[in-house]
Amino acid sequence: MDLALAPETLARWQFGITTVYHFLFVPLTISLAALTAGLQTAWVRTEKEKYLRATKFWGKLFLINIAMGVVTGIVQEFQFGMNWSDYSRFVGDIFGAPLAFEALIAFFFESTFIGLWIFGWDRLPKRIHLACIWMVSIGTILSAYFILAANSWMQHPVGYRINKAKGRAELTDFWAVLTQNTALSQAFHTLSAAFLTGGAFMVGIAAYHLARKKHIREMKTSLRLGLITVVIAGLLTAISGDTLGKVMFKQQPMKMAAAEALWDGQQPAPFSIFAYGDVEKGHNSVAIEIPGLLSFLADDNFSSYVPGINDVNKAEQQKFGPGDYRPNIPVTFWGFRWMIGFGMASFAIGLAGLWLTRKKFLLPQHLRVADDEVPNLVLFRNKALGHRLTPWYWRIATWTMAFPLIANSWGWIFTEMGRQPWVVYGVLQTRDAVSPGVSQGEVLTSMIVFTTLYAVLAVVEVKLLAKYVKAGPPELTEADLNPPTQIGGDTRDADKPMAFSY
Amino acid sequence: MELHDVWFVLIAVLWTGYFFLEGFDFGVGILTKLLARDRPERRVLINTIGPVWDGNEVWLLTAGGATFAAFPEWYATLFSGFYLPLLLILVCLIVRGVAFEYRAKRPEENWQRNWETAIFWTSLLPAFLWGVAFGNIVRGVKIDRNFEYVGSLWDLLNPYALLGGLVTLTLFTFHGAVFTALKTVGGIRLRARKLALRVGLATAVVALAFLLWTQADSGNARSLVAMVLAVVALVAALGANQLGREGWAFALSGVTIVAAVAMLFLSLFPNVMPSTLNGDWSLTVTNASSSPYTLKIMTWLAVIATPIVLLYQGWTYWVFRKRIGTQHIAADAAAGTAH
Repeated sequence: MDLALAPETLARWQFGITTVYHFLFVPLTISLAALTAGLQTAWVRTEKEKYLRATKFWGKLFLINIAMGVVTGIVQEFQFGMNWSDYSRFVGDIFGAPLAFEALIAFFFESTFIGLWIFGWDRLPKRIHLACIWMVSIGTILSAYFILAANSWMQHPVGYRINKAKGRAELTDFWAVLTQNTALSQAFHTLSAAFLTGGAFMVGIAAYHLARKKHIREMKTSLRLGLITVVIAGLLTAISGDTLGKVMFKQQPMKMAAAEALWDGQQPAPFSIFAYGDVEKGHNSVAIEIPGLLSFLADDNFSSYVPGINDVNKAEQQKFGPGDYRPNIPVTFWGFRWMIGFGMASFAIGLAGLWLTRKKFLLPQHLRVADDEVPNLVLFRNKALGHRLTPWYWRIATWTMAFPLIANSWGWIFTEMGRQPWVVYGVLQTRDAVSPGVSQGEVLTSMIVFTTLYAVLAVVEVKLLAKYVKAGPPELTEADLNPPTQIGGDTRDADKPMAFSY
Repeated sequence: MELHDVWFVLIAVLWTGYFFLEGFDFGVGILTKLLARDRPERRVLINTIGPVWDGNEVWLLTAGGATFAAFPEWYATLFSGFYLPLLLILVCLIVRGVAFEYRAKRPEENWQRNWETAIFWTSLLPAFLWGVAFGNIVRGVKIDRNFEYVGSLWDLLNPYALLGGLVTLTLFTFHGAVFTALKTVGGIRLRARKLALRVGLATAVVALAFLLWTQADSGNARSLVAMVLAVVALVAALGANQLGREGWAFALSGVTIVAAVAMLFLSLFPNVMPSTLNGDWSLTVTNASSSPYTLKIMTWLAVIATPIVLLYQGWTYWVFRKRIGTQHIAADAAAGTAH
C-alpha cells in the first residue's frame, strides 16, 4: 500500500484539516461573544447610542462567525467514531464523558441563548436580553474548558487504569481529568489566545474604518476596547504559555526537545532561534542560540539540564519497546516558533497601538481631538506620528487581524504533531487508533467532501464578513431604542413586524 | 435495573428528544417547497423555527456525546460502520445551519433562492437517512467478532431500512405541518392543516407497515404496547388536525414520534446493535457499555443537567409563543444591512 495514502495518514490529514478549520472560528466566537456582551452591558448601563450601534455591529460579525463554528463543530463530535473507532473503543470510557458534559452543559446553553439573543430584541426586556448574550459567552467558555480537559487527557493521561480483560482504559477519577494542571494551563493559554484573537479582530476592523474616517465614534470605542483586550490577553497568553511550557517539559519532554531541535541533552540548554539540521543523523548543521534560556524556560533555572531528542527517544525505547518515538521535528520546531512569533507580533502591535492612542490627559492640548474625530497617533510627547506614518499604523493593525489566527493554528499543529507517534501520550499510538473497518476510499471521500465544502464555505463566509464590515454599524430604529418591557414583547400591535427575522 | 440499562433508556430519551424537536424543524424545512407559495411565506416558515432549530440540533450532539461516553463500542461501531450515510447527514447539517443564518444576509434573488433550495434538501435528506439508520440498527447489520461493521453501503439500503426512512420522512413532514398550523396565522395556517391531513394519511400507511414489520421481526409485548400507542396517537393527531385543535394535533404527533422511537428501542433491548452474522457478536448494553464509575458520573450529570436544559429550552418556546404570518416579516430585513 502506498504509505502516503494509508488510512492513518488520511485520517490524520482529515482530522488536521477539519480541526484547524474549526479552530479558526472557535477563538473568535469565544472572544466576540464576551466583547459583544461587554458592549451591550455598556449600552444598558449608559444608554449611549454608540454602544448599541457597536453591539449590533460586532454582534452581527459574531453571528456570521459562530454559525461556522457551530456547524464545523458537529463534525468534531462524530469523527472520532468515524475515522478513529479503535481510539473511541479504547478511551471512550474516559474521553466520552467530557464530551457529553460539553454537549449537555455548554452546547445547550450556547445554542438556546443565542436563539433568544438573535430573535429577542423585541421579545425580551433589555436586561434579560443582555443576560442572554452573557449566557452565550459562559457557554462558549465552558465548552472550551471541557474539550480542553479531554485534549489534556490525551497529552497527559491521569485518573485512569488499563483494564486488560476489556482491552481499554477506564476512568477512575473524573475530577483529576477535569482539574489536572495540563487542563488548567491549556485552558488558561487557549482562552487568553482566544481573546488575543478577538481583540486583534476588533482592532483590525476599527483601524480599517478609522483610516477612512468612517463610523468614528463606534470605531474609536472599539479600537480602544480591542487594544486593551489585545494587550491584556497577549500578556496572559505569554504567561500561560510559559506555564504550559514548563508543564510540557515535565510531561512530554520529547515535544519540547523537538520544539527546540535540541538533539542531545545539555546543561545549561540554549534556546534556539534558528536551526537547520539532519533528522536522520539527529543533529543540527546550523543553529543560532541564546545560551541558558531553554533551561530557564523549562525549569526557572538558567543552568538546569534539559534532555534532548535522542535521550528521550532512547528512554522511551527502553520503556515502551523498540520504535521511533520522535515526532516530525521540522514541523514541531517551526510550528512552535510561528505560534510564538505571530502571537507576540500581534501583542506588540497592540501595545504600540495602546500607547499611540493614549487618552487625553496624557496628551498635550494641541494633539487632543474631539469625540467624533479620528484620534491623533502620538509617538512622543508633542510628537505625532504624522500623516505619512499614521496610515501605515492603520494598515499594519488591519493586517494583524490574521496573526493570532495563524498563531492559533500553529499552536495546535505543534502540540498535536509534537505528541506523535502517540495519540494518548504513553498509552496509545496513533497507528493503533484508526478505524480498521473503514476503507481508504471512504476516508478519502470524506476528506475530499469536507475539504471542498469547507473551502466553499470559507469563501462565502469571508465575503459576507467583508460586506458587513464595510457596511459599518447600522442605523438605530425606533424599536431598538424602545425595547419591550415584558417577556414575549409588546402585545398592543398584533401585526407589528418582528425586529429581526431570518 | 443496572446503570447500563438506565443509560440505554437515557440514550433512547435523547434520540426521542432529537426526533421530536428536530423532527418538526426538518418538516418545516421540507414544507418550504411543499407549502409555501412565495418568498414571504417561505420566510414565515423558516422563522417559525428560527430561534429554536439550533437548540433542537444539540439533542443530536448530546446523543452522540452520551453514546460515546456511556457505550463507546456502540459509538465506534455505529459511526465507523454507517460511514457514508453519516457523512451525508453531516454535510446536510453543516449546510443547513449556514443556510438559516446566511440566507437573509444578502438581498440578491439568487443568493436567497439557493439557500432556500439548500434548506429543503438538507432537511429532507437527514429526515430520510435517520430512519434508514435506525431501521438498520433495529434489524441488525453484519458485525464481526471484533464489533467491526463488515457489510457494504448496499447492505444498509435494504427494503426494511428504506421503509424506515420513508416513515421518518413522512412523519417529520406531518409533524412539521401540524407545527406550522400551530405557529402561523393566515392562509398558510389553513393550508398547513390541509397538507397535514394528506401527509398524515401517507404517514399512517408507511408507519403501520414498518411498525408491524418491526413487531413481527423483533417485537415483544412491551414494543407492542408502544406500537399501539404510536398508531392510536397518529390517528388521534389526524382527528385533532381535522377539528382544528392545533395544539392537540401537535402534541399527539409528538406522542407518535415518542412512541415510535420507544418501540424501536424496546425491540432492540438488550441489544444496542445486533449482529446478523452471529448472535454472540451483537453489541449489547453489557458488552458495549462503559465502566460503572463512568456511568455513575454520567448519571449524575444527566439527573442534574437535563431538567435545567428542559426548563430553559421550554422557556424559549414560551418567549416565542406568538404565531407569525407574512405581516410580521419586515421587507427590509432582507436588505441585509438594516439589522
